[in-house]
Parts: sequence; C-alpha cells; structure tokens
Amino acid sequence: MITFVLMVNRQGQTRLCRYYQSINMSRRTALEANIVHTCLSRSRDQCSFVEYQESKVVFRQYAALYIAVGITEDENELSIYELVQNFVEVLDKYFSRVIMFNLDRVHIILDEMIQNGRIVETNKSNILAPLNALDKMADG
Amino acid sequence: MPAVSKGDGMRGLAVFISDIRNCKSKEAEIKRINKELANIRSKFKGDKALDGYSKKKYVCKLLFIFLLGHDIDFGHMEAVNLLSSNKYTEKQIGYLFISVLVNSNSELIRLINNAIKNDLSSRNPTFMCLALHCIANVGSREMAEAFASEIPRILVAGDTMDSVKQSAALCLLRLYKTSPDLVLMGEWTSRVVHLLNDQHMGVVTAAISLITCLSQKNPDEFKTCVSLAVSRLSRIVSSASTDLQDYTYYFVPAPWLSCKLLRLLQCYPPPEDGAVKGRLVECLETILNKAQEPPKSKKVQHSNAKNAILFEAISLIIHYDSEPNLLVRACNQLGQFLQHRETNLRYLALESMCTLASSEFSHEAVKTHIETVINALKTERDVSVRQRAADLLYAMCDRSNAKQIVAEMLSYLETADYSIREEMVLKVAILAEKYAVDYSWYVDTILNLIRIAGDYVSEEVWYRVIQIVINRDDVQGYAAKTVFEALQAPACHENMVKVGGYILGEFGNLIAGDPRSSPLVQFNLLHSKFHLCSVPTRALLLSAYIKFINLFPETKATIQEVLRCDSQIRNSDVELQQRAVEYLKLSSIASTDVLATVLEEMPPFPERESSILAKLKKKKGPGAVSVTDLEDSKREGGELNGGGDRGPDTSSTPSPSADLLGIRAGPPVGTAPTSAGSLLVDVFSEAGPAAPSAAVHDDGFLRFVCKNNGVLFENQLLQIGIKSEYRQNLGRMYLFYGNKTSVQFASFATTVSCPGELQKPQLNVQTKPVEPLVEGGAQIQQVLNIECLTDFSDAPLLNIKFRYGGALQNLTLKLPVTINKFFQPTEMSSNDFFQRWKQLSQPQQEAQKIFKANHSMDTEVLKAKLLGLGAALLDNVDPNPENYVSAGVIQTKGQQVGCLLRLEPNAQAQMYRLTLRCSKDSVSRRLCELLAQQF
Repeated sequence: MITFVLMVNRQGQTRLCRYYQSINMSRRTALEANIVHTCLSRSRDQCSFVEYQESKVVFRQYAALYIAVGITEDENELSIYELVQNFVEVLDKYFSRVIMFNLDRVHIILDEMIQNGRIVETNKSNILAPLNALDKMADG
Repeated sequence: MPAVSKGDGMRGLAVFISDIRNCKSKEAEIKRINKELANIRSKFKGDKALDGYSKKKYVCKLLFIFLLGHDIDFGHMEAVNLLSSNKYTEKQIGYLFISVLVNSNSELIRLINNAIKNDLSSRNPTFMCLALHCIANVGSREMAEAFASEIPRILVAGDTMDSVKQSAALCLLRLYKTSPDLVLMGEWTSRVVHLLNDQHMGVVTAAISLITCLSQKNPDEFKTCVSLAVSRLSRIVSSASTDLQDYTYYFVPAPWLSCKLLRLLQCYPPPEDGAVKGRLVECLETILNKAQEPPKSKKVQHSNAKNAILFEAISLIIHYDSEPNLLVRACNQLGQFLQHRETNLRYLALESMCTLASSEFSHEAVKTHIETVINALKTERDVSVRQRAADLLYAMCDRSNAKQIVAEMLSYLETADYSIREEMVLKVAILAEKYAVDYSWYVDTILNLIRIAGDYVSEEVWYRVIQIVINRDDVQGYAAKTVFEALQAPACHENMVKVGGYILGEFGNLIAGDPRSSPLVQFNLLHSKFHLCSVPTRALLLSAYIKFINLFPETKATIQEVLRCDSQIRNSDVELQQRAVEYLKLSSIASTDVLATVLEEMPPFPERESSILAKLKKKKGPGAVSVTDLEDSKREGGELNGGGDRGPDTSSTPSPSADLLGIRAGPPVGTAPTSAGSLLVDVFSEAGPAAPSAAVHDDGFLRFVCKNNGVLFENQLLQIGIKSEYRQNLGRMYLFYGNKTSVQFASFATTVSCPGELQKPQLNVQTKPVEPLVEGGAQIQQVLNIECLTDFSDAPLLNIKFRYGGALQNLTLKLPVTINKFFQPTEMSSNDFFQRWKQLSQPQQEAQKIFKANHSMDTEVLKAKLLGLGAALLDNVDPNPENYVSAGVIQTKGQQVGCLLRLEPNAQAQMYRLTLRCSKDSVSRRLCELLAQQF
C-alpha cells in the first residue's frame, strides 16, 4: 500500500503531505527532513526508488517540485511512479497556477485518486468529476 | 479555466499563505505562524459566534500550518461543527481536518460518528463519500463498532453510486484491517468477489484492494476470485487500447488495474482449472510478447506503464514457480533490462532477478548474467542499484561461482557505501562459510574481511570463524599461520587482534616449530598490540597468555612478568585486574597436569545454524535469506554443513567400499551371529565373504541406548571404553582402546564407516587416525565428532585391525550412536501433552509394541532408563500413575522431530505396552524398535 504522499519544493518546503498510516509529529519531521535531503541530493540519472527504513520511496521530479511516495513491499514501483505522473497531469488539467493556494482542492483530487493508501481511481475525468460539480454549484 | 475563479475567496487564507511564502527565514516563518495561531485561538474563543465560512477559513489555516510541520492542538471542535454544514466545501474541510489530525478523543469520536451517520443516510453520494472516506482514514474501534455492519450493505447494494462503492470498498478494507472481529463475513462476501466483473473500472480498482486483503486471510472463501480475475485480466490484455477509453494511459490499457489483478493472483497457487490456467498463461505470454513489440509511443510514460505490468507479471510467474518456459522467458527479459539505459529498469530487473535466482528452473539462467551483475556492482552510479546488484550476487551464488562472487564482493567492500557495509560483510561471511570447499580459503576470506572492513565486522562474524577453526582440525594450523602473518601488519584492526589472540592461544603450538614463529615471537607479537586495544580485547589477550603458559612452558617466566607488572595486576579495570591476578596465581601454583586440564583446548562448538545467518535474518526480515534457505533444501547442503569431501587427512568417512574390502577377507558370512540385525546382513550379502573375526559385535550396542558411558567391548586382548556427550544435533564420542596384554599391538588402525542408508548421508562422523602402536598395558584415545543430518536407523560401524604377536586381529563393532542421543527434553503440562498426542494422530505417526519384560520392572530402574533416553520424563501427566510418559525433540541438522512416548507396564503379566508418536513416522518406528529391547 501507499504510506504517504509528499510534495516538496526546491527550498525543501513541504507543499503537500498526506499520510495513510498514523505517524507522530517528531517522526514525521524526521521523515520529511530525510526525504527532502534525499530528493535534493538526487541526480537525474539516479534510480527513482530508494529504500527508506522498512519501506520504499518512489521519487519523481518536476522542475522545482519533487514528489515522493512511500510504499510498502507489495506495491509495484513503476505503477506508483506513473501514478505520480497521472496525479500531476490531473493537477495540471485543473489548476493553472500555484496549487498552494488551493490546498483543499488538491486534497480533494488526491482523495479521489488514493484512499486509505490504495489507488482508487485513475481516470482523469472521474477524478475531477466532484470538483467540476462543485464549481458548477459555486457554493463557495 | 483560471484557478482564481475557482477559489472560494478565502482571502485571509491567501494572504496568510503569501506571507509564509515570503518569509525569508525559518524564524520569520515560525513568528508568523505563532501570530496566526494566536489570532485563530482568539477567534475561536471569542464571544461572537463564527459563521460557517469563517470556521472553514480558520480550520483551513490550521490545516495549512499542520502541513508545514507544526503540531495543532485545538480547532477539533470547530472542525466537527463543520461536519454538519450543508455546504460541501465546509463539510469537506471539516472531514479533512478530522482525517488528518484525529486523535482518539472519545467524546469527539461520538460527535464525529453522529455526523457520519447522518451523511451516510443522506443519500447524497458526495456526502456519503466524504463520510466513508473519514471512516477509512480514522478507522478507530468506535467507528468500526458503529459502522462495520453498515458498510458491506452499502458496498453491495444495487442502487449505490459507483463512486460510493469505491469509497465503501476501501473503507471496509480499513475496518477489516483494524477490527477484523467486527467485520463479519456473510452473504455480501460472494457479491464482493463479483465486483471484479463490475462495469465501472474504478469500482474494480477499489474492490481488488479489498478482495486481495480478504483473500490473504480467508483464501478458501474467496478463491472464486481467481477465475474472475483471470478473465478480467484477459479482457484488458487482449483488448485494443481504445476499448477502455479513459482508463488507457499513454496507449497502455488500464495499467494500474492490471497490476492489481496480477497482484491479487499472487495470493493463490496456479489455477487448478485447466481452462483458467490456459487463459492466464496466454495472458502472461501476451504481456511478455508485448515487451518485444515496438513501442506505441516514444514517451517514457508509455514504456513505464507497460513495464509496470511486465514486472508484475514476472512476479506472478516467479510466484507460481511452475512454468519453466515462462520462467526462462522472464529471466531473459530481465536480462535485457539489466543493460537498459533507464536506471529504474536496471534497478527493478536486479531486484526481480534476485527472487528468480531462487527458483530451480531459472537459477542457471540467472547465473548466465553474472558478468553483467558484477559490472553493475562496479560501475552503477547509484548506491541503491549497487545494493541490488550485491543482493543478486548473493542470491545467485552457488558452489560453482562462490569464489568469484566472494572475491568481487570483497573488492567492492573496499569502496562500498558505509550504509551497506555491515550487511555486505555478513553476506560475504555467510557465502564464504557456506561454499567453503577448502577451509584455508574460508579463513583467508574472513581475515580479508576484517582487514578491509574491520569496523563493520560484527562479533558474530569473528565468533564464527573461531568456532569453525575450533571445530575443524584440518584448518587449525593454517589459521594459526595466517593470523600470525596478518598480525605482522603494523596497523591491524582490533578484530584481527581478537581472532589472532584466540587462535594463537588455542593453536599457536601448531606453528611454533618454525623459529620465525616461535612461542616467544608469537607472544611478543600479540603483546605489541595489547596497549592499543580496548578492555574486552585485552581481557581476551590475557586469556590467550595463560593458554600460552600451558602450550609453551618456556614462555612462562616472560608471561608471568607481564602479568605481574602494575599495569596489569593493579589495573583500574576490575575484569582485567582479576584476570591478571588469577592467571598469575594459577600459573604459579597449579601443577602442569592441572594447568593442562584447566586450559585444555576448547571443545567443538555444538551450535550449527550460523549465528551470522541469524543476524542477517534479523537485519533483513525473513525474506532476506530465503535464497539461502532454499539452497539448503533444494541443493545438497554446503560443504561445511553436510559435506562429504573433507581434507585428505580425515580418514573418518572413507568410501564405504574400502571398508567393505576390509571385511571381505575371509570365510562366508554364514558364521556371523544372527543377532547382527537385518541391516548388517544386507551389508554382508553385498560385500560377500567376511572374516569371522570381523563379525559385528552388537551386544554392547543395546546397552548404550539409554546411557552414554561404559565399556563397549572386551575380550582377552582389548578393552574398548566409551564416553560420549551430545548437544543438539552434534555429538562427541571418546573411544578408549586399552591393551590388556603386556605385548605391543602393531599396525593398530581403526576405521569408522557409515553403512547402508547412513551414507545418504544421514550421519556425518569424523575422526583422526590413531597412533599405530599401542604398548602393552597402555590405553589410547580416539575422538569421534558426530553430526546428525537427518533421522537414521542404522548404526555406524567401527572396524579395528591390529597385529598381536604377528596374528592379524580384525574386529567390527556397532557404534552406539542412536537417534535418541539427539533428544532435547521438553517439559510440558498434562494438557499440552495430550493435546499434542492427539495432534499426532495419523496412523503412521504412531508405533506401538507389546512385549514381555526382560529386565527388572522396578520403578527406579525404569525411571533411570527413561531419563537416560534423553527425553523429559513427565510426572503427573498420565492419569494412571503406573504409566510413564516422556516428551522430547530430536534435533537433526535439517529438522526437529517432536516425540512423545508412553510406556504402560503391567506388573502382573510382566508385560509392557510401548507407544511412540512422533512428527516423523520413521522416527516413531526406530525409537519403538530400540526401546522395546531395553525393558
């Protein structure tokens, strides 16, 4: 299963994090610091999968943005690597500017794709359906 | 669509986020956050009631602050209030806050549960999804109690919306994982399996995760999912990519779903139904074929998605481990990836091949890639890839390539990343031990390890090399010579000093003949390292010194002087001081004999499972060493553990034919006592005529079933005494040959052979030749080291030949090595005993005999015999106090056999009934046979 999704920028600031297993703040801070360190020190020709403690972390870099996904042994690395791409494509399709200002909506999208650490939907239109409905209602 | 228009105008939030983004330092950020937290707190505490919008805004700010890595300890109540809002965005923020920041505050959980209940019954699919999602995220016991019966209903109800089904499936999965007792299987279970057929691919995707988890726990109830999964997979794999519309990703049909289906199939063995299996094999072949087709897109996303499925298919092929054709194709495919320009693919190929190496069908195919893998170890720029390469080398190692692989791993160690050195050291040590054909190579390898990566050589590793040197006579001299040379290095690792101290202390005498390594030179060399070492090493060296005094009396004065000096005898470390004082005293007052006894050479170590292997297992979890385990079971054991061909000087296990030749020199077998047992008759019938004097004496044999020491044989010339001790699956037997005459025995020679089934080998017996001359009235000693590899029924034979006054004497004895010697007693309660007794209820597991008493039926005599048997004699277990029950475990190298025994005496009839129940039927039979002759 997927244990966490983490998005950090080149400055090492967390832009999005979602944990699918309970984790306390001190461990979380340590984990994020470690992941950021690993992200920033990776070169393009390095492998995108890194073992981190008992789990594996799948990395993908987009310009100044790094996405790291923690997975357990029973997940398929490449499929998660492409899941990240799919997620980013969905974000691209929906947003046209800094996602940070729309944190709640990024979460809605992520929740449509991953629930409880499992891939639940991969079809972009289905993923965006609730948000589009929301925008139509414009209940803001 | 510009995103700004979609924002719902939480301007305060946007301002706050901008502020944070503009913070130049961490301190500034924290300051800004604290200001905001104070503001939110005052708003929440203020008199003015906040409207939904404000609550949402502040809760959202709290979420944002949490995201930045700050703990949030308030706002929960406001978030719960948001749950009852009718506005989706407010409700969603409320649920998000709860999901991310929940703690098991029971009062709040009750309120949250109420809100969830309302939303679940709202029939508004988006609200239902939020509620389900919240349960899935929190998954607490209280929630499980409240909703565990409701969710399955929602999941399988005909009128549930697809998106709700998706959430319900994963919600149920969470509840099943956290509170399996509350999720009751029922009528819904079969309908869940049929979700694999659902029209909506998203529903299938979500349901598979649930089904996979349920199948792992209840494989039988869910096994219908196999054929459904195969047909779904087949439809996806064979369809043109256009059929699946939006589930096609860069021309690959439903890659994530395919992976999940293949993963689900890995919960089960290959399908039994021929048609289903055929269809699946076809799918797997199609997937393998597609890998060879030209790509439909040049985008990396296309090839990644395709390869994700390919790797998952290969995992399934490896899991089945039954289709040699597919396994070899998989191996070839991975072989191509090993040289791919994408690092990710090389990494995954190495990883996958590691499991492939453990399949007997593909092990050889994997081995053909050895050069590529070695090259990867040397040239890969990424440590995680090199790590995989090292793992794969470890997995593909066998006797044929061990030297090459160990050498490569050793040279890699010199530059290896610090993070993986310790594990590498363990692996090298294990391989060196496992595949050591000659032990000098093993010793060299381990000493090299210490030289190259001394800091990473854990205690287990250097303990192990010492254990092995002590247990193997043939390598002791070499080891002493090699450590002596290694210690010459001006800077050598402390671990080297430890090994050196220990080995020279035990076996320094073996190289003392050479003036370059005379006793004093050895001592000075060791002592030159003393002051650079830590306390434990110094303590070890002190023990080595006292051993030196015993080995080489000429060093006594020098060593006593060292011990006597203040830095030793008044050392501030209590342990060192005590050793110095005691050793000094011991060396001054004890006679040579006493000293020799106290400081005798260490006895062999009994333990056989390598402690290093245990350590690696601990480090890496059970999966890590599966390869090694497999090697043990599928191949014949490594040289060290089971091996037949030892060095030339161990005449212990000569080829059986040679031994039979010895017996053959004489008249026919007809004169052999009939009591020799069927096995021996077999041996003789194959061997042809045997000397009368070589008739096998086995009358001594039965007397030793329940005891370990005594006189095995005696005639006018010769007396043979036995002392033996057993620990786990190892034994050591001392044979004492006493010349009862006043005339010398010449050409005295003994051979131990393992006839019949024992050659398999079941037993491994080693010994050294004895002195060829036994003076009149003298006694000589011979030591046999015995290892029980698997259970056995036959007994090894001891043949003794010597000349007495010109006449050749030839004698063969059955050595009293019986399976019960390897018993470990097991204490257990009456309940346990009978429970296990019942478990061993298959007819072949039981052996029973009713027989007449041949010896005294006295209670104490019986007890002594049963105790001598080696199993635990259990009191107060059998309801009938007249009966005796025992329990024990027979330790062989390969397995442990649990044994239960019940002996029911009938004093009146002078009869016994003996019943054995063992987890292995051959053991039951053998023990019953042996014991029936004891009472």
